[in-house]
Amino acid sequence: MNSDSPPRSGSQQAVSMGTDVALRPERSLTALAFSRLVKNRLAVVGLTVLCLVIIASAMAPLLTPYAPTSMDTSSRFQPPSREHLMGTDQFGRDIFTRIIYAGRVSLTVGIVSVGVAGTLGTIIGLTSAYYGGWWDLVVSRLMDVLFAFPPVLLAIAIMAALGQNTTNVMIAIGIVNTPIFARLIRATGMGISGRLFVEAAHALGASSRRIILKHIFPNCLPPLIVQITVAFAWAVIAEAALSFLGLGTRPPTPSWGLILDEGRNVMEYAPWQPVAAGVAVMVTVFSLNVLGDGLRDALDPESTR
Amino acid sequence: MTRYVAYRLLLAVPVLFGISLVVFSLIQMIPGDVVSVLLGMRTSPEAAASLRRMFGLDQPLPVQYARWAGAILRGDLGYSLRSGVPVSYLLASRLVVSAELGGLGVLLAMLLGIPLGVVAALKQNTTTDYAATSAALVGLSMPDFWLGTLLVLVFSIRLRLLPPTGYVPFGTDPVQNLKLMAMPAITLAGGSASYIMRMTRSVVLEVLSKDYVRTARAKGLPERVVVYAHAFRNALVPLLAVVGQQLGYLMGGVVVVEAIFAVPGIGRTALESIYNRDYPVVMGVVLLIATSYVLINLVVDLLSAAVDVRIREQIVSPGR
Repeated sequence: MNSDSPPRSGSQQAVSMGTDVALRPERSLTALAFSRLVKNRLAVVGLTVLCLVIIASAMAPLLTPYAPTSMDTSSRFQPPSREHLMGTDQFGRDIFTRIIYAGRVSLTVGIVSVGVAGTLGTIIGLTSAYYGGWWDLVVSRLMDVLFAFPPVLLAIAIMAALGQNTTNVMIAIGIVNTPIFARLIRATGMGISGRLFVEAAHALGASSRRIILKHIFPNCLPPLIVQITVAFAWAVIAEAALSFLGLGTRPPTPSWGLILDEGRNVMEYAPWQPVAAGVAVMVTVFSLNVLGDGLRDALDPESTR
Repeated sequence: MTRYVAYRLLLAVPVLFGISLVVFSLIQMIPGDVVSVLLGMRTSPEAAASLRRMFGLDQPLPVQYARWAGAILRGDLGYSLRSGVPVSYLLASRLVVSAELGGLGVLLAMLLGIPLGVVAALKQNTTTDYAATSAALVGLSMPDFWLGTLLVLVFSIRLRLLPPTGYVPFGTDPVQNLKLMAMPAITLAGGSASYIMRMTRSVVLEVLSKDYVRTARAKGLPERVVVYAHAFRNALVPLLAVVGQQLGYLMGGVVVVEAIFAVPGIGRTALESIYNRDYPVVMGVVLLIATSYVLINLVVDLLSAAVDVRIREQIVSPGR
């Protein structure tokens, strides 16, 4: 991309991006990225699986006749069958039901924590990149400090201080993710703040708010979108890990980590329980990872595919 | 180099100060305080007030912080509320176990990740490359607690090859120690090995496309020399940074892995302390791991500067 060209028009930008792009100047950047994404088979598989996980979680009551917490001691440790697709646990609860209901917890934690972290991190990163000075200095040092904690450890420490419940899991994961978004957007924003089109906007008398929102922020979107998928995948893992350690979602509410932890103790007799929960986490994280990789390639202006 | 070392040491000071502030803030966020944990809820207000005075909890927060930080600097992390043992003493005995687990984890991650990444880059777009990158993608998507559970299911319950839990010091029985540490180390290394593999592949590919590699090939140098003397050596600096970053993830992962395999290290100590509301121990572990992480990154940065003269010159002459 020409470093000083205004980013406003997708077609203008497309013309300056590369030879194959120049052959199709009428296409917007979004359309171009979308066409690249759908050509990436693995990313399409990821997107499809992710959609299925979301649909299954949202429509859980329609997909199963059982309730996630209802116990039936007469059918404890049932292996997978037509009645119980993934078998039952030590309380006779249907594992498939618990897995799809647990998806709601994971996705909610992911959406809320990444939403909050993404919003806060973007605001902090944009203002820090644009205004610089003491605000940037304070923000940068604070980010350095938060980066000094291994992410899982920081989440565990916050949970230890706040107490164990799903809301605090969202807060902990949100706090851990915020500096990652802030640092990314700050770095991207700083590169854009020095471009000619930003200087031109200044010269035309545009307000700081307008420059940040209309000129800098749209150019930060590609890395932001990719980071959202990465952070979402980490949020799913972190929620499951915290619940697995007994620090997250509290029983009897189903959570993938909790189901895996409960299944670990009965693994010798009922291996289907930990396997089902582990596969659920892995498939969701895998789909987010391949989607993230696909988006990274699709949104990369240097890409000629 | 001396100026660079001094510069990096100076940069670490505010970060360490910040870490202490974050840990102190977390202690303040805990519902109730040490006194309520020690005495329970059914105690007389007079007894609680007297104990608060004794611990200095009636002082303003900045004074409390100064006393707490001063004690930390002297190596005094307080006392375990449960056992009464000094936290520093408790952690010192557990740190050896976690250090062994962490060391084995890093070693495995590097031994798996770096050669696989180099091979995948050298054989780009072949079946070997696809197999290695697919394996890395699966490894990245596999949380450590799931990998650990699967290993126990396969190697302990089904095949009965390895003991599922426990710990024997290396000095007591080296063979049993390695048998017991095998699954925890593999679990810890899994995700990091995948990440290191992907980064190695990407860095080596980038270096291989540089002009100096083309020149080396044009000179007729053997491919082995081109790869190891030119490409891999230049890929080392970014790889060092990647390994340093992964160390942080491994140190966080130690908590989870030690819980799965009942390894008596600092991670398991932290978890047990959370369950027992033994907060001085929890915060001692957090402080210890975060400080170690900063120091390890400092060492990684110094190593990078030692390998690459451009890094230290940037600091000495930032204008260039």
